[in-house]
Order: sequence, then structure tokens, then C-alpha cells
Amino acid sequence: MTRRTLVVVSAGLGQPSSTRLLADQLAAAARGELAGRGADVDLRPVDLREHAHDVVNHLLTGFAPAALRETLDAVAAADGLIAVTPIFNASYNGLFKSFFDVVDRDALAGTPVLLGATGGTARHSLALEHAVRPMFTYLRAVTLPTAVFAAPEDWAGDDGDSPLRARIRRAAAELAEQVDRRPPATGPVDPFALTTDFADLLAGRAPS
Amino acid sequence: MQFGIFTVGDVTVDPTTGRLPSERDRIKAMTTIALKAEEVGLDVFATGEHHNPPFVPSSPTTMLGWIAARTERLLLSTSTTLITTNDPVKIAEDYAMLQHLADGRVDLMMGRGNTGPVYPWFGQDIRNGIPLAIENYDLLHRLWREDVVDWKGKFRTPLQSFTSTPRPLDGVPPFVWHGSIRSPEIAEQAAYYGDGFFANHIFWPKEHTQRMVGLYRQRWAHYGHGTPEQAIVGLGGQVFMRRNSQDAVREFRPYFDNAPVYGHGPSLEDFTRETPLTVGSPQQVIDRTLGFREYVGDYQRQLFLMDHAGLPLKTVLEQLDLLGEEVVPVLRKEFDSMRPAHVPEAPTHASLLAAREAGTTTEEEKR
Repeated sequence: MTRRTLVVVSAGLGQPSSTRLLADQLAAAARGELAGRGADVDLRPVDLREHAHDVVNHLLTGFAPAALRETLDAVAAADGLIAVTPIFNASYNGLFKSFFDVVDRDALAGTPVLLGATGGTARHSLALEHAVRPMFTYLRAVTLPTAVFAAPEDWAGDDGDSPLRARIRRAAAELAEQVDRRPPATGPVDPFALTTDFADLLAGRAPS
Repeated sequence: MQFGIFTVGDVTVDPTTGRLPSERDRIKAMTTIALKAEEVGLDVFATGEHHNPPFVPSSPTTMLGWIAARTERLLLSTSTTLITTNDPVKIAEDYAMLQHLADGRVDLMMGRGNTGPVYPWFGQDIRNGIPLAIENYDLLHRLWREDVVDWKGKFRTPLQSFTSTPRPLDGVPPFVWHGSIRSPEIAEQAAYYGDGFFANHIFWPKEHTQRMVGLYRQRWAHYGHGTPEQAIVGLGGQVFMRRNSQDAVREFRPYFDNAPVYGHGPSLEDFTRETPLTVGSPQQVIDRTLGFREYVGDYQRQLFLMDHAGLPLKTVLEQLDLLGEEVVPVLRKEFDSMRPAHVPEAPTHASLLAAREAGTTTEEEKR
């Protein structure tokens, strides 16, 4: 069996959090889909709330405290990412944005990302398309066509075949397909690795 | 082993009194601190170079020349000299002049500068930071070693039959360190020339230093200057001391909490754990500093940042008393006893001159 790692980022602020609940349902569905394709999945949940101070400290000092560093490395080494945020003021919340502001450059390039969001009304659902998706496009992640928004009424549906459940299954299948067609992720790039030598530097040749 | 201090030269409000020193106050404080460094037995004083407020030291050789005239033994250095935005011709001339006036008590540390807007004020572009550091230093290196230079590059006008004056004292160029926090290209550059490598080692986790020094040592050996452990390494450090560690923490906390760079972010306790900052008793500083060699190996120069974040001059001078009287003598003895015989001291004018006269200058050093 192939081992696959999915990092599941939730920017919910409450405890318990409906954002975390959606993230967990997406993660469970994605694990099931990948298991069906013969993969053994490690789910790594990340509650950004627990890293809130470290994220701000990283923004201010320029380096990640150890616990946050470990999480950032896990994001960079993930085979797939599930990213779920509550919608505030018609966009992702500040914690979600701040976290992805300190994710290493290129860490998500080519990584399949399943987008999810929660909000107080279904009228916020397009925030996934006009705010969350463009940020991941900028990061050169591969966002999946189905993004999943959960409004309060969605939690009231039947267990088996509510519209929310159907969207979760569809999104999870898209994520599994994208993860499955890629070789296992190789982990974070070492920022201290020398990718050139002095002869090239002196000749003005760019690092390979 | 060499011990000393390096200063950024920031003009910062003292958060405990609200007092903002004038530029004159700060400049005079920096020179007073330098004289104190010699008085308490330190080896090195290094000044930063900045061209934007709230920093004052825009003209390092003016300041170092003043200090040179009033000191006997202190080695004068920089932290750092901007190899990107200064014309290498002017660096060659300024520091050779200083070398003569200071009877050879001069070395330099090259750095790039990380403030984008500063570059265009000097006709440059921060996006060329590494290429500027490479090309400019290569020219500087030649200007100090060849009496007549013909040169053409990308970033300044060509030189034809140019002689940089004065020539280096005794024909021995100042020793050069290259400083960098996390650019492997700069460790590579230092290794190529057989120059020193200085890891900032303040405000950042020790892993940065460990990786950069490790790379530099490996490449130093690759370029044939000796074994990895013979490479010339310097480290920064930041300390605040009182006899009782609780007093040190209590007194330093408001300066920490409001400091430029890291203030209003992590707690003093977090930052002490995550970076080499040590706030406590002289013995705690000794213990922590001796631990540095465990992750960088035996090294040649230790500089401490003592005077930033609005600390008043009186406090800084007290810190230097503790450093010179209680900390450095112990560190000197301990480090010397642990260092194997084949690991050299940092080069000085005297040692470089002696090496040349003994004919042991390596091909790389002549290059």
C-alpha cells in the first residue's frame, strides 16, 4: 500500500467548531476514497487556533517557533491539503490568511488542495471562489473544482444523502484522484541547501 | 579566541523613561562604548552601517578612525559593510586608509543589507543583492591585491589602469568576514576565498547558524583551505546580565518587549528558548556561550550585541564591565583549553604579515 499524508487545516475559532467539523468530514471522506484506491492515509489535523500566537510571532520575527515549524514542514510535505476557513467579512478569516502568509514559498506548488468554508448564511458561499481559491492559485496549488461550503441549514440534513454530504463525497473523490495520480510528496525544500557553486555565482549564472 | 561587541547603532526610545537620544548622543555613546570595550579587555569593536533612520552609523570609517586614534589594542571592524550598495573602489580606499591610521587593527565583515528602498538611493536594486555581493567583492579583493587593475563588470563603470590608494598596509589586505543569516551563497563565497564566515546568531534560531556554518566549513575544505574544523568562524550573540538572574530579567523585559525587530511579539522566555539570547547572571551567559561550540565547532570570534533597544549608556557600560571582568576571562580560558592545536586563531594583520614573511601564504591567499 502507498502511504499518503493529508494535512487538514482548520481556521475555526470556536471550540467545538463547525469549521473543524466540516474539515473532519472532508478528511474522513478523502481517506475513504484514497483507501479505495489502495492508499494508506495519515491524516494530520491542524487547528490554527493552537498556533495563533506562533503565527503572529513568525510574522513579527521572521522565523517560526518550533511547534509551528513542524506544522509548516508537514504542510510542505503533504500529498494533499484540506483547507477550511470560516468566512468573515466576505473572505477567509485573518488567522487563515496569516497562516498561509507564513507557509514557505513554493511549499504548496503542485499540491492538490480541497477548499472548504463555513458561514452564517449560504449567501457567503461564493467567498470560496472569489477569495479562497485565488489565494491558492497564487501559491500555485492545484485547487479542486468542487469547493465545499456549509451553511447552518446544511448541518440539518439527513445523514446519508444531504446535499452537503454529496458535495463532500464529490470533493473527496476529486482530491483522491489528484493525489493518486502523483508520486508521493518528497517533503520540504531545504532552504540551506547550496544549489549553485562559486564559479556559477561569479559568472552570473542563475542557480539551477 | 577574539571577544568583542557589535553595534547596530539604532536610535531607540528608552521605553522605561520615554527618552529619545539625539543622533549626537547616540553617536557619542557608540564611541564611548568602543573605548570602554578596550578598557575592559575586549578584542573587537564592530559597527553596523546604515543609511536610514532610526540608525546613525552611515560613515563607519569616520567613526572607526576616531576610535583608532584613542585606542591601542582594540581591533576595529564592521557589522556589516554594505558590499552591495557601496562602490567597492571606495571600500578599498577607505579601509586601506583606516588600516594605515590604525596600524593594522582593522578587519571588515561584508553584508548585503536587507532594506529594499536603500538600494536605489545608491543606484542599485535589492533583487541583485547576491550578484552585487559577488561581483563587488571580487573587485574589492583584486583592488587590495593587484597594484594596477583593469576590470569590467555589470554593476559599475569599467576600470582601466586603476590603482586604489593607499595600498594596504605592508601589502597585507585587511582580513574579511562574510556575514549572512540564511543565504548559502554567502557561505560559499566566504569558503571560496578562504575568508571568515560570521553567523549573525541573534534574533534567529540556532539551527540557522548551525546549517550555515556547517556548509561553510564543508566548502572551505572543498576549496582547499584546510580541514573543515580549520575554517574561520565568528558568531554573534545577545546578552543582558545582572548578578542575580531575576534582576536581569526584570530590568531587561521592558526593553525586550518594546525592542525593534522582535518587540511586541514572542515573550522574553520564548525568545530566550528559541534564539541564543541570554538574560541572566554572568554564569548563565558563560554556560550558554560555551554551548555554542557544540553546534558550530571551535570558532575564532564571539561578538555580543549589548547596546540596542534604547538601553541607556550607563547600563551598557555596566554590562561591559560584567562582560570584561567576569564573563570573557572565563570564556577565553575555557574555549582555549578545548580548542585543538590544529584549529587556528582568527587572522590579524600581524599574523598575516608573519605568515607572508615566513612564506606560508597559501596560493588562495595570493589569488
